[in-house]
Amino acid sequence: MAGISIAASQDAQTPTHTAWRALRQNRWGMVAVVFLAVMVLTAALAPLIAPHDPQAQNLLERLAPPSWAGDSDHLLGTDHLGRDVFSRLVFGSRISLLVGVSAAMLAGVIGAVVGLLAGYYGGRLDWILMRLADVQLAFPSILLALAVVAFLGSGLWIVIVVLGLTGWVSYARVVRSEVVSLKTRDFVTEARAIGVGNLTIIRRHLLPNVVAPLATIATLNVASAIVAESALSFLGLGVPTHIPTWGSMLADGQLYLGTSWWIAIFPGLALMLTSLAINITGDAIRDATDPKVYRR
Amino acid sequence: MIELERLRKEFRAPGGRTTLAVDDVSLTVQRSETVVIVGESGSGKTTLTRLLLGLLRPTSGTVRINGVDLATSSGADMKRLRREMQVVFQDPYSSMNPKLRVVDIVAEPLVTHEPKARGRAGRAWREARVDELLSAVGLEPGAARRYPHEFSGGQRQRISIARALALNPSIVVLDEPTSALDVSVQAQVLDLLAALKRELGLTYVFVTHNLAVASQIADRVAVMKDGAVVEIGPAGTLFEQPQHEYTRTLLDAVPVPDPSRSRLRAARSRVAR
Amino acid sequence: MTTVLSIEKLSVDFELGTETVHAVRDVSLDLAEGETLAIVGESGSGKTATALSILQLNPVPPAVYRSGTIRFGAHDLLALPEARLRAIRGNDIAMIFQDPMTSLNPLKKVGRQIGETLQLHRDVSRRDTRSAVVEALAQAGVPRPDERAEQYPHELSGGLRQRAMIAMALVTRPKVLIADEPTTALDVTVQAQILELLVQLQDRHGMAIVLITHDLGVVADVADRIAVMRSGEIVEEQPCEPLFAAPQHEYTRSLLAATPRLAGASEGA
Repeated sequence: MAGISIAASQDAQTPTHTAWRALRQNRWGMVAVVFLAVMVLTAALAPLIAPHDPQAQNLLERLAPPSWAGDSDHLLGTDHLGRDVFSRLVFGSRISLLVGVSAAMLAGVIGAVVGLLAGYYGGRLDWILMRLADVQLAFPSILLALAVVAFLGSGLWIVIVVLGLTGWVSYARVVRSEVVSLKTRDFVTEARAIGVGNLTIIRRHLLPNVVAPLATIATLNVASAIVAESALSFLGLGVPTHIPTWGSMLADGQLYLGTSWWIAIFPGLALMLTSLAINITGDAIRDATDPKVYRR
Repeated sequence: MIELERLRKEFRAPGGRTTLAVDDVSLTVQRSETVVIVGESGSGKTTLTRLLLGLLRPTSGTVRINGVDLATSSGADMKRLRREMQVVFQDPYSSMNPKLRVVDIVAEPLVTHEPKARGRAGRAWREARVDELLSAVGLEPGAARRYPHEFSGGQRQRISIARALALNPSIVVLDEPTSALDVSVQAQVLDLLAALKRELGLTYVFVTHNLAVASQIADRVAVMKDGAVVEIGPAGTLFEQPQHEYTRTLLDAVPVPDPSRSRLRAARSRVAR
Repeated sequence: MTTVLSIEKLSVDFELGTETVHAVRDVSLDLAEGETLAIVGESGSGKTATALSILQLNPVPPAVYRSGTIRFGAHDLLALPEARLRAIRGNDIAMIFQDPMTSLNPLKKVGRQIGETLQLHRDVSRRDTRSAVVEALAQAGVPRPDERAEQYPHELSGGLRQRAMIAMALVTRPKVLIADEPTTALDVTVQAQILELLVQLQDRHGMAIVLITHDLGVVADVADRIAVMRSGEIVEEQPCEPLFAAPQHEYTRSLLAATPRLAGASEGA
């Protein structure tokens, strides 16, 4: 018998397995993933890594340059209140990552539910949900965040909820279009012919097949949520000021950019590199899970 | 067993234009017979199967399965009907959820209709039944743990057939089940279908554009063109003495794997002389 | 009869990550002027890879041309640089595919696309191009060709698109036409018409055809010689009538046995 017969494998090749293998082959992707892993570890082990208390002020040592550029014993120098920049950077990563990931997850859940319902049921429900999405998009998210925070006051959870509520639209659109095309595939028609209920079809057949594009958008969303949080903190509307975040460090260091450049540059670099790593990882995940992308 | 009476289906395009996909089709299928619906693209045969399966509602006309009128049936009736009538689709590559293991794919009808198959409690029963079904279609039981992409087109069609048989249906609707397969694999799948029909006393409604395949398995053939049935009759008679012009055109156009019977060759050599 | 194309000991591999697929194994075939050579096989037989090798259309990577030559005129097509190859593609050797939308740009009018092909290879004025395009469409059996030339591919039916693709392939009067499953996606009545068209054009222009197909019925209709492939190798090669009357290889026999036949089919003329 002719034809390409797929050899029987010893253990089942799960789609996740294949994706992971593909991901490993992407060099820059792996660099980015490793970088992120280091970031997460740093955030988790912050108390062990940071040499100083991030909130400890020492006016005698204010504006000290980094130890390799001057002769202080602070790795990345101190800020205008004598607080160790490196320790603040490390502790700041906790907030950034926490906010970024939580906001992305919240937006992801809302967006996935909206996209699945709109795509599967179509008709009026679809119309209503998509108009809601349009309305949401019409609001500049930072402005919306400012307004909410102005009303409800700043605070960690408020920031997360606001960013989650403003970020769901891109998920919803992508999920919806995936669902619309999946809906016509034979296996969905089969399920209906067997008599499977609608909600079960959504859960069993559609959801697992939209996870891949969801994950890709989620990673991009994390990056923008981190930047958004930094912007809010920069404007003084993020988390309470005594908790170090990269955004507030940028704000503090702004005045000293010409002289004590280290106060702002390092959080800026951290922000940039983390966003970059997250974006690259998102691309790599998409490449690894998209069956149409050719792989060696 | 199956009665289609004066079925019509219109589709309305957003611009307001209506297309008549199925035009006044009446057809009956008796127990244990194989009726093949032949037609080219646009003939309405696919829409007809969707109407038959209750996935589309007709614009007018009735679909009656085992005495139950689909339009007026209750939810319970429909559920019962779904057990009795199953479907196998054409494209082995899109007819299965790539994220599910074969065991879950084949067991789906079971968990939908049989409470004893559900959850952890039902696992043993479920898996045993799936293994039984997979052997019935000629696949080894170990196949259950694997994913669809690990199988060839012909094997996937077997899995589809196993799934269709899960609830012991009496009617199986097959929508171009072998069109995407290699010729040798096609022959095997057709043999399998014939064997299963004998063993289980199944009734087949088989849709295809391939007349040669039709002639191999049909008891009766219905030829469709532009939404209507232009001719219907026992296979032997229809192929040897086609009544309708379109049937004749179709038959003439089928390429025969025998150069001495090729009209094209004959015409060409006449010109060359 | 003169040989117009000669494939000698062609071997092509596909490097797919962890494994290497030997898609074409030591294949040798000759194509004579004006004849139709059919390469028959099931999926994975290597027939398409062989055909695509003639114009080096296999995606590289993963394809690797391990060895062999493909002689066309005075050249070895596998050794030619891209620029020289481009002068031959669509010009002396043309190709048509199963899906006409592979060749047709959905955003351009049909006539314009055919015209572009002509202008790429010949030095023709605009007016001459226009009339050549209409002529090509007419020869391809497209009714009202001057109107159709002004339409977009999506405005044509499947059969007409196939004819438009054929017109585009034949506008430069190639010596060789490679047809990769040209009728597989078509309805059986349209299929018959397209096959008739192809042999008509062949007789008219003296063109040789390499026909890739899995359908033995199609082969019986148009092939002069047949090469049967399995797993990258040619298992049998014979002129048409002898192959059907007395197949030598058991794979050929099993293919013939597996091909469904119309029971009690009507006689040929």
